[in-house]
Amino acid sequence: MRDQAPSSAPQASHPHALPGQSIDYQLFLDCVHCGLCTAACPTYCELGNENDSPRGRIYLMRGVADGRIELNDQVLHHLDLCLDCRACETACPSGVQYGRLIEPFRAELAERAPAKERSDWFRRWILFGLFPYRERMRKALFPARIAQRLGLMKFAAVTGLLRLLPQRLQRLVAMLPSPLVHEPPLPERLPAKGKQRARVALFTGCVADAMFRSTHWATARVLQENGCEVLVPPGQTCCGAIHLHAGASEPARQLADQNAAAFPLDEVDAVIVNVAGCGAMLKEYDHCFPMADANHAARAALSAKVRDVHEFLLELGPVAPRGAIHRNVTYHDACHLAHAQKVVDAPRALLSMIPGLSLRELPESLLCCGAAGTYNLTEPEMSDRLARRKLDNIEATGATTVVTANAGCLLQIMREARGRNAKLDVVHPMDLLDQSYQAG
Amino acid sequence: MNSRTVSSKLISDLVAIVGADRVLSARSELAVYECDGFVIEKNSPDVAVFPRTTAEVAAIVHLCNEHSVPFVPRGAGTSLAGGCLPVGGGVMIVLTQMKQIVEINLRDRYAVVEPGVVNVWLTQALRGSGYHYAPDPSSQGACTIGGNVATNSGGPHTLKYGVTVNHVLGFEAVMADGRTVQFGGPTAESFGPDLVGGLVGSEGTLAIVTKVWVRLTRDPQGYRTMLGVFDSVEDATQSISEIVGAGIIPAALEMMDQGIVVALEEAFQFGFPLDAAAVLLIEVDGLEAGLDAQRDAIVDICTRCGAREVRQAADDAQRAKLWKCRKQAFGAVGRLSPSYCTQDGVVPRTKLPHILRRITEIGAKHEVRIVNVFHAGDGNLHPIVLFDERDAAQVRRVLAASNEILEECIAAGGSVTGEHGIGVEKIDLMKKLFTPDDLEVMGRFRAAFNPQGNLSPGKMLPTAGACGMEQIHPGRQAAM
Repeated sequence: MRDQAPSSAPQASHPHALPGQSIDYQLFLDCVHCGLCTAACPTYCELGNENDSPRGRIYLMRGVADGRIELNDQVLHHLDLCLDCRACETACPSGVQYGRLIEPFRAELAERAPAKERSDWFRRWILFGLFPYRERMRKALFPARIAQRLGLMKFAAVTGLLRLLPQRLQRLVAMLPSPLVHEPPLPERLPAKGKQRARVALFTGCVADAMFRSTHWATARVLQENGCEVLVPPGQTCCGAIHLHAGASEPARQLADQNAAAFPLDEVDAVIVNVAGCGAMLKEYDHCFPMADANHAARAALSAKVRDVHEFLLELGPVAPRGAIHRNVTYHDACHLAHAQKVVDAPRALLSMIPGLSLRELPESLLCCGAAGTYNLTEPEMSDRLARRKLDNIEATGATTVVTANAGCLLQIMREARGRNAKLDVVHPMDLLDQSYQAG
Repeated sequence: MNSRTVSSKLISDLVAIVGADRVLSARSELAVYECDGFVIEKNSPDVAVFPRTTAEVAAIVHLCNEHSVPFVPRGAGTSLAGGCLPVGGGVMIVLTQMKQIVEINLRDRYAVVEPGVVNVWLTQALRGSGYHYAPDPSSQGACTIGGNVATNSGGPHTLKYGVTVNHVLGFEAVMADGRTVQFGGPTAESFGPDLVGGLVGSEGTLAIVTKVWVRLTRDPQGYRTMLGVFDSVEDATQSISEIVGAGIIPAALEMMDQGIVVALEEAFQFGFPLDAAAVLLIEVDGLEAGLDAQRDAIVDICTRCGAREVRQAADDAQRAKLWKCRKQAFGAVGRLSPSYCTQDGVVPRTKLPHILRRITEIGAKHEVRIVNVFHAGDGNLHPIVLFDERDAAQVRRVLAASNEILEECIAAGGSVTGEHGIGVEKIDLMKKLFTPDDLEVMGRFRAAFNPQGNLSPGKMLPTAGACGMEQIHPGRQAAM
């Protein structure tokens, strides 16, 4: 939210004199300044500016914490421009935990930001007031759904009515998948098909449940086909990633606690997540909220049970799907699956099991598509550049379907494809697997 | 930090050439440009500029000369000897926005690239074509071809395929006075002195390369990749000499000692034996017919030299993982020790057992732990000295040990750098490696190209009045 001038003046109430001083200094020292991360960074690939590279950002953060570098608008901009995609962690041979530097650093910046900026309407109403609540989200989307059906969205776009909305809301509207389909909520329990091999709980989240409930249904059916009894605990909520990445760690912790209490961990073999961003967050509750409060152990216990659905199915030994799908498909690695969770081969292995499917490797598959949570709303220019780059790469493969396992990536790639009238299906791996199982 | 040597007029003139969004002049944004992979000595440029065309580079160089300020080119900044350090401040010409692969010509077997193209991008662009660009420094995922030309980069496959200079057919460069000149070109042959050979490896002190014609090499038909496990370093080095002595030229022949193997195993879980004193990574490539015979000969030699076992990479995935382990070895050392510095010495291959013995003795004498991973086939050593930078006494011992190792390399008939370059780090050692006459000739060669000395001052050659950096602190480096 850089449209307001950020202040570098530390708040008198803050326990540390400078931002970054609460971070374990050893985490800075882990970086040996070799630079091997630079070409893995999407913003560096686009701009070629060391300040927009992981090594550069670590240098900036450390310099600010040391009091050597002034935290001015330019420095803030370079830090804001980070997608937190963590491709640098995959590239780093020294094991630098970049996420553990940028995330707390941003949280500290948010705490120090002037009250005016913290209560920015977009943050208050949209990011924090709407996104985390699936029912509010569904209700908010209802008029959009009707409008889409009546062709009003197109009318509003053509006549310029949409431009009357504030810019970030316009982008939000442009991100909406089309058509928005109403699906009934998942029941609390779905039985295994055939011999029961595992009992799992499904995490449904917020944005995904509002926009991609059909993918949740597909995921549940795929799990059932693989002999899993599927529980959908009703008390669960947003994973908190949107809040944490926007620098609001306290609301994020409250959501984490609610999730920790919602899942019957003793009764299930795993908590299954099909959205990369949520999975990464749930797996990292422990280090995101290191405070030794009463709920620490419960959060850690939840994290330990969380499995990405592809990872889980591959470990379980997937039942071969039999329905043929004759399509040229390419797979885009969601950052929070590939880099944060190190799940790279499993989705490809599952897709390769579908008869008839031709899987083509996507150039720069590991490079972020620019969605990055709410980044597409807060840093539109860079987000658009990366979306264009991603779609150019997708089109170069000749694939008619792109598969990716994250809500943000799906929305981002769909939007860019719509924008250039590309004939491209954008689906989750579970959608295709489900289709194959149902046809087989 | 030096005081500013550039005027606001120069900055506004630079903005006139490339636009305000491609000029950095705020102190806070220049800090990241104060060092590269060599972090001992730091100095901020006064301004950094990002040209996109040769004409822009030439205009910038003209401007620097008009204002009599130093200027230095920089690519990805992965160099390990301070080659990108802006000695005396001035203008840093960052070439990372000149990143087009201009042409790939398979029939004539060359590609034309701009200097900011990352080495591995070319490899990726060529995938499936049956050709590749052979030099593969371990930093290839990040380093640029322009930087490779400047440092004459090597890599694990140099033993058979040669270093960067063997793969550069020609280049276009902006000279120190701002003229644009082409050396060599798409055809390999030319008459007269080999100026391409003279400029490759000059570490940015003679010209700024703006376009490169690189040779493309046919992909080998097959590979055999082996891992020899040894109970003693001596047996491993003996095998190296025997393999090369038997007339086999492996595509790569790399050695890792126990310390490295332990770190790699922690990072990548390849299944390396943790109790082995040394492992050799050996790869032969070429026509499928004959590879098995070479492999059998290598297995036989290693076994005769006392190898505990010789494993073979079963498939491409295993081969790729073995190479990933090797190429990320330096970074993985970050897991062994809070700080470390890498040396880059060369000895004749037959002196490897001797130099490794001496390195062990030197480590014991100075009470520092040293681990080794290196291009054994080339005799190119990379001893890594582990330490804790917060312990000043230990830091001094590390420096003493590093210097002693390099002097030992010179005494053994070798050199103080195989591929990382001289930069500012090893400028003092040049006097030990070369006679005053040698250095004077090199100085005259430089003066012919860079008479004002504004281009990359203070690098490579020790000059009267501007002596090398006095090292007070070893680097925390990752390397190739």
